[in-house]
Formats: sequence, structure tokens, C-alpha cells
Amino acid sequence: MSLLEVRDLRVAFPARGFRAAPNEVLHGVSLDVAAGETLGLVGESGSGKTTIGRAVLGLVRASGGSIRFDGEDITTVSGAARRKLSKDIQVVFQDPYTSLNPAMTIGDILAEPLIVQGATGRDARAQVRTLLDQVGLPSDAIERLPREFSGGQRQRVAIARALAPRPRLIVCDEPVSALDLSTQARVLDLFVEIQRATGVAYLFVSHDLTVVRHISHRVAVLYRGDMVETGPAAKVTSDPDDPYTRKLLLAAPVADPRRQQERRLARRALMDAERTA
Amino acid sequence: MTLPNDPTTRTVRVPGTEAIATATRSSRTPVWKKLLRDPQAVITISLLVIIVLLGLLTPFLTSHGPNQTDLNAINAPVGTPGFLLGADESGRDIFARLLHSINTAVIAALLGTSVALVVGVLGGLVGGYFGRITQSATEWIFSLIMTFPGVLLLIILMPVTRGDYRPTMLIFGVLLAPGIYRIVRNLVLGVKNELYVDAARVSGLGNLRILGRHVLFVVRGPIIIAAAFLAGTSIGVQSGLAFLGVGSIEIPSFGAMIASGFRNLYIAPTQFLWPSLLLGVITASLVLLGNSLRDAFEGAKPKAARIGAAPSTERTAGADEAVDARNLVEIRNLAIAYPQASGGIAEVVRGVDLKINRGEVVGLVGESGSGKSQTAFATLGVLPNEAIITSGSIVFDGQELVGLSEARMRTLRGREIAYIPQEPMSNLDPSYRVGVQLVEGVRSSSSMSKAEAKDLVLSLLARVGIADPQRTFDSYPHEISGGMAQRALIAGAVASRPKLLIADEPTTALDVTVQAEILDLLRDLQAELDMAVLLVTHNFGVVADVCDRIAVMQNGSIVEAGTTLEIFDHPQHPYTQMLLGSILEEESVRADAPPAAVEGDTK
Repeated sequence: MSLLEVRDLRVAFPARGFRAAPNEVLHGVSLDVAAGETLGLVGESGSGKTTIGRAVLGLVRASGGSIRFDGEDITTVSGAARRKLSKDIQVVFQDPYTSLNPAMTIGDILAEPLIVQGATGRDARAQVRTLLDQVGLPSDAIERLPREFSGGQRQRVAIARALAPRPRLIVCDEPVSALDLSTQARVLDLFVEIQRATGVAYLFVSHDLTVVRHISHRVAVLYRGDMVETGPAAKVTSDPDDPYTRKLLLAAPVADPRRQQERRLARRALMDAERTA
Repeated sequence: MTLPNDPTTRTVRVPGTEAIATATRSSRTPVWKKLLRDPQAVITISLLVIIVLLGLLTPFLTSHGPNQTDLNAINAPVGTPGFLLGADESGRDIFARLLHSINTAVIAALLGTSVALVVGVLGGLVGGYFGRITQSATEWIFSLIMTFPGVLLLIILMPVTRGDYRPTMLIFGVLLAPGIYRIVRNLVLGVKNELYVDAARVSGLGNLRILGRHVLFVVRGPIIIAAAFLAGTSIGVQSGLAFLGVGSIEIPSFGAMIASGFRNLYIAPTQFLWPSLLLGVITASLVLLGNSLRDAFEGAKPKAARIGAAPSTERTAGADEAVDARNLVEIRNLAIAYPQASGGIAEVVRGVDLKINRGEVVGLVGESGSGKSQTAFATLGVLPNEAIITSGSIVFDGQELVGLSEARMRTLRGREIAYIPQEPMSNLDPSYRVGVQLVEGVRSSSSMSKAEAKDLVLSLLARVGIADPQRTFDSYPHEISGGMAQRALIAGAVASRPKLLIADEPTTALDVTVQAEILDLLRDLQAELDMAVLLVTHNFGVVADVCDRIAVMQNGSIVEAGTTLEIFDHPQHPYTQMLLGSILEEESVRADAPPAAVEGDTK
């Protein structure tokens, strides 16, 4: 049985204006995430990839379909029951600058979810040290404010906060796209390391196929609210069946002038073929 | 296909800790310390403390009651024994009445302000945080309160309050609440969508806790500031009512004292002076304190960064060397600095040398803060005003750009140097049609008529791959996509057939499929117009795709430059090696099985 089971998920946002038809951004998406596994969700802007993550977290309401976690239906769970789920499902957001409260010290930010789960102040403090260690930050970070840290370090804090209640699933919403190249690689490695150590599952949302390929066991590709392809990471990101996935793959420039030239020619050939077809 | 094994082992090449040592302990001055450094705050707080203390110590400072009359002392002058400041028309000790009035004013301020704060903050939190129906309901209630004519209502309600100023101030607090409500609600609406509030929700925090810990904290500053002003207003209104004679005459109050002094103005003018003076000092102190609080909480207002005029320079005389005919841009020993708040200047670019040949695409690569955009902006002549070019020269097509007048620079920018930005949308004015903006740009750099310019723009829009040029021409920026907007800006940039195109992360904000199309377009246009391109980017894939040569920047200096193939094949500088090493390799697919699945099913 999968840890997370999304079936025919639909999400619609109310349109502006009186009696305007709601704007559906997900048209029935199904996916599974097994325990300890990473499912990469790839798509361009407007594909609905972020919305899936937010629906799983209960931050947007599904207008149809179901979301099951560990066999239980959590599609419409709210209030106290949703808060209970926070022990199992956590999140790391894209922007490490706005996802940490600028007025709270790192120690308070990390202790908060622990105290909510019922830890005493002293316990929480001790666990915060372990968490900081786990994400490779020095323990004197406890007394500091988020603005004293670089983007990569803040993202480590956000990861530590997600790890605090020992969740079984973390929704990662473009967690490395705001980071510099060299930082990006290290943060991704941290994600992999943590998964090995704790067995947590990731629903990893990104627009970058290279990033997704690096961290995912399986990959799902979204296009305008529909899933166009899903399968093992190696297959989907190297030899995709779907024409859109192929286009996406060829459009990403590879950091090697010779291979990029080949790729560019391949992409142009595909575009020409598409045009004549 | 070969799957390079474990992706984590790969980063051994990436050196050490990620600038953890650089996490500086930035200035984190508590608000009260900032206040102590502000003379205005220190003086006003001291005055207010002294006045409140005087009020509290009344029983020890005077033996006269506020309404105790002494018929022998009617209109006694200042300095009469036992009557320090004299006595009023009824023979009451003015000094004693002043002290008692302080207490009245303090109680009025406390009551009015706290009711306004409690009602306003609660209303604002509820109205801002919860759903639509709650929001409109609170909005409606507070709008209703605002329609009440404040002071008039207080006078009408006198029979209900029985002339006591305390219930009057409670009611007045409610009337003041909408101001606080507005402030709080707007702040809450802003904070509500912050990611850290979402994160708190996911962490399992209940609404009350989120409101208390995350939301209330943000509104704390503005509320404290507003409270100082509210206190002043409350005292003012209480005194005003007393001056009008509304309410009990038993209660000592500045208003009542001023009224009495006013009646006696020609007999004993000082009677009018004392209460007015003290009331003035209190309200002025509160208002000034409010201003100091605002500075302390919100910091000094940021200076508007005006862009334009050539930055001031201290130039080093550059020896004229033989000019290479192929050379279009030569930047030599360029250094750019910004003045610091602490005095002194901080260099963000130092000793940069860069050559761009005609018709060549040069990539300026680096991570955030490397100075790559600053170098490009200096070449465009659009550095912010406070920037100082401390040394160096930029020669464009035989002409020195550093120190060039803004007028000359402007003609160059329009015709020979063009620019495409990172965020196409923010470079289009949302209130004008796309076509109008492009035509205006074309006409400012040439002597074309409107019709000619329009034809040119339409043909260019078609050239940059826009399927229906007329429709895009007639669209407003919000009606077209980001990729379309970037195409339109490229059309505008190449309209004058520039010799140099400066592109600052031109595809970073775009989807990867759109990015590929824009890069194709740039490459084609570059070949067609034989223009040189300076491409600022952090993306090595983009560099590999379009650049002939690369310069790598780190901390304001160029650490390595060479042809694209040289740099990719044989990077010399450790930083370049580190950057190239951090690129996620195309083939490195994750190969290890999910940890939890290892023992169980093997698919």
C-alpha cells in the first residue's frame, strides 16, 4: 500500500467576478508515493504542480477526487484532525526568505512544531540541537535571526523545521530553485542523506528536470493540470514516451557546449517535425 | 545506459561548508536601545514620566483637595503662601488642581486607548485572518462605527454616562477603534499569505496560536505607535468636553481649568496659562514620542534609488593604446563602490577587465552578489546615483563612457547599446499598450514618423516570432504572457540595429521551453544583425548554448575568462572548477532504492 494515494484530484479556484465559472487548475490527477520514496513532480508554470502539494498539505481545498494518507482519507480533513496530520506530513517551501518568520530566532522557529506536538521546553531545546546538527548548521544558530543567514542556510533551517516532528512525508515545493548553483547541489545532497537516514518520503515539486532526476525514484510530468507521463526517473527523464516530456527534456540547456549543440539540433528537428505534422 | 552511482558522493568535489563562517551577527538592536539613542524619545519619555509621577505623588505634594475652596484666596496671585501657582475664581489651589488633573488625564488616556486597542486589534485580527463572511461582517460593523459623529455622540450620551468622564472615555475608545482596526486588518491580510504562516499551519499550529505568535508580532510595532497618538487624542477629547462644560464639574481636569482661566483671562491671565501649558506639553510629548517610536520600529525611510545621471568618478588616466578594429567594448580596471551607512565605501566590483569584439557573444557568469549585473549596468550607464566608479574606463566603439554626459549616454543607449531585462513584465508600463511603448522607444532614438515607426515595430514583432503582431501591438502588458513580453522587448531592443545588446538574465524568469525559444531567437538575431551580446547569467546551460566567450565573476572580480570551450574543458581557477563541479550532471539519475522499500517488495 502506498503512503500517499491521490486519486482523480481536481482543484478549482473561484474566478473573479459575480457568477463567473470557477477556474479549474487540476483536472483529475492521480499519483502514489510509497514510504521512503521520492516522487518528482515536473511541470512548467501553470501546470498545477504546486497546487497538488498544497492540496496534500490542506492549504487548498480539493473540488473533487480523493487524497489518502496511510490508508485514511484526508481530502477534507480540517481543524484538529488536520493538525494531528502535521506530525506525519511536512513541507519545505521554495523561498527561504519568506518561509521563516523574520522576528523569531532559529531556536524558536524549530522548537515551535515540537512544542505544539507536546514536547516540554527543555526537550524541545535538546531536539533543536540534534536537528541543526542533522542539517549541518552550527548549534550557535539557535540564538540568531533568519536574516543573519544566507539563502542556502535558511533553506537548511526550513528543512530542519520540516524534520522536527519526524514526518513520514515531506512536500518539497521547489526547495532549491531560489538557491545559487553550488548551494543547490549541497542542499539536494542533504535531502538525499536525510531520506536515507530517516526513511521519509518526498513529494518533490520542481520545474527543473535535472534537479528532479537527481533526487527522484519516480517522476510524474504535468502539463496544464493533467498528468502526461509517469514512471521510473531514469526512463522519464532520459527516454520519455510523451511528446511534451520530450520537448521539455530537449529545451533544458545542458552545461556542455558540444552536447548542447546536439541537443539544440535535436530540438529544432522535433519542432520542425511537429510543424509539418 | 550507464547510471553513475550514488549521487551524494559526487559533491566531494564541492569544497567545505557553505559560507557558514560568513553568517555575520548583524546589528540586532532592540527597540528600547534605539529609543535611548534618540534624544527626542529620551526627552519626551522623561517629561511624561515626570508628569505621571507628579500625578501619582499628589497626596504628598499638596494638602489641598481639588475642589477645596478658600474664599480668602480667590484669584490669589502666583506665589501666595500655600498657593504656589495662585488660586482660581473660586479660591481653589491651582497647583493642587493641576496635579489632580494629571491623574484625570492619565485615566482618560488609559481608558480610551485600551478600549480602542482591544476592540480594534481583535476586530482587525478576526476581520483579516478568517474567511470572507467574517471579513465583510467586521468591515461592516467598523464602517458603521466610523459614521458616528464622535464628540457629538459623547455629548448626547451624557445622561447615560451621568457626566462621569470614565464611561465617556470607554465609549470614545470604541469610536477610536476603527482606526486601529484598519491598521491591523491590512497588516494581517498581508501577513496571512506569507509562507511562514503556511509553514506554521503545516506545523500543526491552531489559528489562535498562529494569530498570537506570528501575526500579532508583525502588528505589534504599528499598534504601539498608534497607541501613543491615541493617548494624546483621548486626553484632548476629555479636556475638550470638560472645557465645554459637559460632564461633572466636580472632576478636576485641564479642560475645566482652562475654561475657568478663560473666564478670568483679564483678571488673572496666568490662571489660563498653567493648565494650557501642561496639557500642551503632554499631548506634544505623546505625538513626538509616537514619531520616535515609528522611527525605532520601522527604521529610517529608505532613500529612493534614482537611476540616471552619470555617477561621480575619480578617473585614472588611461593610456591610449592602438585600437583593435575588431574590438567593440573594452572595460579596463573597472571598480564600482557604494557608500556605506557607517561612512566609507564598499567596493562591489574591482579591477574588472573585459573585452567584447564586434559580433561576439560574451557570457558574464557568476553567483548572486558577484557583481556581474553591476558591471553590465555600468556599461549601460544606468548605475544607481549613489554608485561611484572609483577607477577604470569603459571604451565603447572608440568612445570613453565613464564620465560621459547623461544626454550623450542616452543617445548611445537608444541607438547603439540596447538592453533586455530579467523581468520583461516589470519593464513594460501596465497602463499603456505594448505597441505604443515600442513605437515611443523607436521614435526617441530615430527621426521616424509615427506611421513609419509603427510599420517597423509590426515587422519586428513578426520577426521575433509573434504569430499575430497586430494583436500583440494592441494588447496591454497583462494580456500577454511572459515569453511574449520578452519577445516584444527584444523587438524593441533590436529596432535600431544596435552594435551591442546587453541581456541581464533574459530567460531566468521564463519557463524552460520558452527559454529555449528565446535563446534561439537571440542567436538568430545576433547573427543576422552581427551584433555583440553581453549576456549576464548564472546558468551554465544558457552559456553553453549561446556564448562564444565566458568571463567568470566572483566577489566583484573576474577570476577567469576564455572561450566557452576552453572554460568548459579546462577550467583553471578553483572557483570555476567548483561552479562547474556543482552542476547537476545530466546522467546522474538517482539509483538507490527507496530506503523503506528495501526489505519488502523488489520490483
